[in-house]
Amino acid sequence: MNEQELLGLADDELILGWRDSEWTGIAPMLEEDVAFSSIAQNEIGHARAVYELLSDDADALAFDRSLDEYRCAPFVELKLLDWAHAIARRWLYEAADEIRISALKETLPLAAKIDREETYHRLHAEMWHERLRDAPQFRDAVQMLWPYALGMLPPSQREALSARVGLPLVDAVERDAHTDGLAEILDEMTMVRRSAPAGAQW
Amino acid sequence: MVTADAVWAKFEEIPDPEIPVISLVDLGVIRSVDVREGHVHVEFTPTFLGCPALEVMKRALEDKVRELGAEPDVEVVNDDSWGTDKITAAGREKLRAAGFAPPAPRLVQLQSVVHKCPYCGSTDTKLENLFGPTPCRSLRYCNGCSQPFEQFKTI
Repeated sequence: MNEQELLGLADDELILGWRDSEWTGIAPMLEEDVAFSSIAQNEIGHARAVYELLSDDADALAFDRSLDEYRCAPFVELKLLDWAHAIARRWLYEAADEIRISALKETLPLAAKIDREETYHRLHAEMWHERLRDAPQFRDAVQMLWPYALGMLPPSQREALSARVGLPLVDAVERDAHTDGLAEILDEMTMVRRSAPAGAQW
Repeated sequence: MVTADAVWAKFEEIPDPEIPVISLVDLGVIRSVDVREGHVHVEFTPTFLGCPALEVMKRALEDKVRELGAEPDVEVVNDDSWGTDKITAAGREKLRAAGFAPPAPRLVQLQSVVHKCPYCGSTDTKLENLFGPTPCRSLRYCNGCSQPFEQFKTI
């Protein structure tokens, strides 16, 4: 994996972490408030660790780039404040992420560490998939998100994802353009950074 | 002259910021201590990458080295060398006594789903939530003594 792809992985984790954190306080049940908050915290922690591999200033990488410089997939940018869609994305994301991280484990020690934590995200996603798999809203959400999920991985890994989740290969929503969701989330995400350029004190 | 043993003994005094019943030495996050001419090089392995206590732990390690009159150099190692199997036997017992079910050994965890209640020892417990108050804990409920408890995740 080259530097740009590694940056893409970190950006995926950062932006999805922010999107997952949007459920804090409003998830349909208290357990899921806790779960989404905890998962978000882990994903952002993974992003930070990868940024630290790429740069001496992880915060600058996370917050100071222009929109065009982010390498995240459109999949993680979508604002999905609907439970079926949020769970469908978690399920598809974890399946794709496992393929990506497993391939990295041999060459990048950090990937093995990330994978240990992701085990719990996968258990969470699988538990919800078991529960919702036959619900029409969930099936519709998976259909809608599938081309986006596919675009998260390079073409060489897409067949594995298709086999893993049991969905056919289709035209993917590629990583080459951003959705409106990214501008919106960057504006919110960098608010503190912009208001206190020298660093916020708490 | 500072010795590695003195540094280790000092580190035993540092409680985990979120689970203070256990020290950083018990937690197994200090991989090595190397003393050279007044400089103490410490390899520190984070538990969870997103754990907000990491900075606090790193600073505590540095402070303890300075208390011994030496210069600290704490290196954070983000590889796969820390897992819950690194928690010492003494550390596991301290967790249990404080009401945290210690993590099952990794090899066992992969083969079974038995989780023991830290209060009454019953294995008749059920998962309430994979996620808990910090990234390293799950929530379980004991049917034996009708008590909820926190389970340290195996990673």
